[in-house]
Amino acid sequence: MTTTPAVEAIDLVKRFGETTAVDGVSFTVPQGSVLGLLGPNGAGKTTTVRMLTTLSVPTSGFARVAGYDVVEQPEEVRRSMGLTGQAATVDELLTARENLWLIGRLAGLPKRLIKPTSDELLERFSLTDAADRIVKTYSGGMRRRLDLSTSLIAAPPVLFLDEPTTGLDPRSRNDLWEVLRGLVREGTTLLLTTQYLEEADQLCNDIVVVDKGKVIAHGTPTQLKDQAGRASVVLTVTNHVDLSRAEELIRSVGSEVYAEPAARRLTVPAEGLAEMSRIGAVIDEAGIPVDDLGLQRPSLDDVFLHLTGHRAEDEPLDESDDETQLEGANR
Amino acid sequence: MTATTSTTSSTAAAPSRAAIRPELKPPSLLESSLIVVRRNLIHIKRMPEMLLDVTIQPVMFVLLFAYVFGGSIAVEGSNYREFLVPGIMAQTIAFSSFIVAIGLTNDLDKGIVDRLKSLPIHRASILVGRSVSSLIHSSIGITVMALTGLLVGWRIRGGVLDAVLAFGLMLLFGFAMIWLGILVGSLMRSVEAVQGMMFTVMFPLTFLANTFAPTENMPSWLRVVAEWNPISALVQACRDLWGNGLPAPADAAWPLQHAVPVTIAWCLIMTAVFAPLALRAFRQRSRD
Repeated sequence: MTTTPAVEAIDLVKRFGETTAVDGVSFTVPQGSVLGLLGPNGAGKTTTVRMLTTLSVPTSGFARVAGYDVVEQPEEVRRSMGLTGQAATVDELLTARENLWLIGRLAGLPKRLIKPTSDELLERFSLTDAADRIVKTYSGGMRRRLDLSTSLIAAPPVLFLDEPTTGLDPRSRNDLWEVLRGLVREGTTLLLTTQYLEEADQLCNDIVVVDKGKVIAHGTPTQLKDQAGRASVVLTVTNHVDLSRAEELIRSVGSEVYAEPAARRLTVPAEGLAEMSRIGAVIDEAGIPVDDLGLQRPSLDDVFLHLTGHRAEDEPLDESDDETQLEGANR
Repeated sequence: MTATTSTTSSTAAAPSRAAIRPELKPPSLLESSLIVVRRNLIHIKRMPEMLLDVTIQPVMFVLLFAYVFGGSIAVEGSNYREFLVPGIMAQTIAFSSFIVAIGLTNDLDKGIVDRLKSLPIHRASILVGRSVSSLIHSSIGITVMALTGLLVGWRIRGGVLDAVLAFGLMLLFGFAMIWLGILVGSLMRSVEAVQGMMFTVMFPLTFLANTFAPTENMPSWLRVVAEWNPISALVQACRDLWGNGLPAPADAAWPLQHAVPVTIAWCLIMTAVFAPLALRAFRQRSRD
């Protein structure tokens, strides 16, 4: 027997006037798995999530959540999913308990279950002590945790998380990851968007890389890393002025080089130590002072660089890197 | 209606959690609207200063106009304070549109509307809840002003039924204004923009009427505009029903001669015009 995928998107397109925010995105999320939509700001991640959660109507294409069509059966879709938006949309003037009451009652949770379910969630997200405080007084991490717990109050089988850890400190981020792993163990399907490659690597079974509204790669974290080559040598020169000379030198010995002027960093796809010592020798011979030279296992960051020619988290370094992408359609 | 449709739509996905998933009963339009109203009222409880616009501000107006300008504005057949109170009440109720607009813009801005729309509720409950709570908000203001009015010498001199009808007209007018509020709230992108609109458009409109001074002494063209202003009909209707001052003079424009039915008609017309536009603007903003 084939099981219905938790989320299915086929050729989704969303245009806002002249701008195409999402340009033919397709993917499938099997039940109980975690899919990461990975891409820079303005790549179309939020717009995709808004279409899947019935907040935005696709210009064309088709999507199903828990087997229900997002355009034809929005009511059923809303009953099957939870959404944690980008900006921690909890009500600031309510207490945590009141927020849970509000969303719980509107989600259709019977009155008698509100209190026990809230207690359980507050405990689980370490918010019990702050339960009766107004959310305005909460820290960013607490807000996110509350946001997530309100999304979970009706135990939806599919959960959408739009940049769940953006703006959190590393510790809060780790805590949240732990909570998400727990949800997955219980069988919840997650679709999360992220700009952080590490996050996708940590949490996701499958990663869909999007850039400028298009899917540019799709696979498991391992598959994607394999695509980007086995390893790379990373060289950081001490003085900015030496960067282009070093780049030319490395190219002259027959290696591909990616330069990141702002970081004074050169990345060279490489097989192993032999290549690293060869590069080291050339640079040393030329007398270029170096801050750091090392062999790096490929990260998803390299994957991104490999696929798009720019890094995911950086501002575009040269003007040619279109600014339109940053203005993107996140609304 | 969502009330009686199936409960937990047997979730095809994630069997393990579906097994422990509680049975859900999506609320009816009435239930979800009341939940939203309660949430909005909690806001007022947490931030009582939200009520300033319908309490301190109009009370200040009553006092300022009654004692500062009062002496220089002559009103035939009545004292000025008695003439003034219905005017300020009408102004306050006209501003209920902005209470709606500000609340709605705020919720849109902070993503609360999105949050609510991702839930299995009738989307109208967001607007119904917003409207009902703003009517409550305005009614608090009307009550405060009635009490202030009694203190400065305003009295209801008509019958009980007439008095109740006048308050009913106030609420009806408030209801019509709510649609304008939803329209403005859906179109504006920030609370500041809504406030700017309020002070540049709505505020003058409430003065360009019989609210604070009789229209008889205005230049003739202005007098026509003022007397056809829907707010003037409401004010005149309340003055008539409460027995505050003389009926509209014989040379006043037609609406003021038939203030009660005209007020009702204005409310219906404004609702008929603003409601479809408001719903369209709100829906439009919800599609993207």
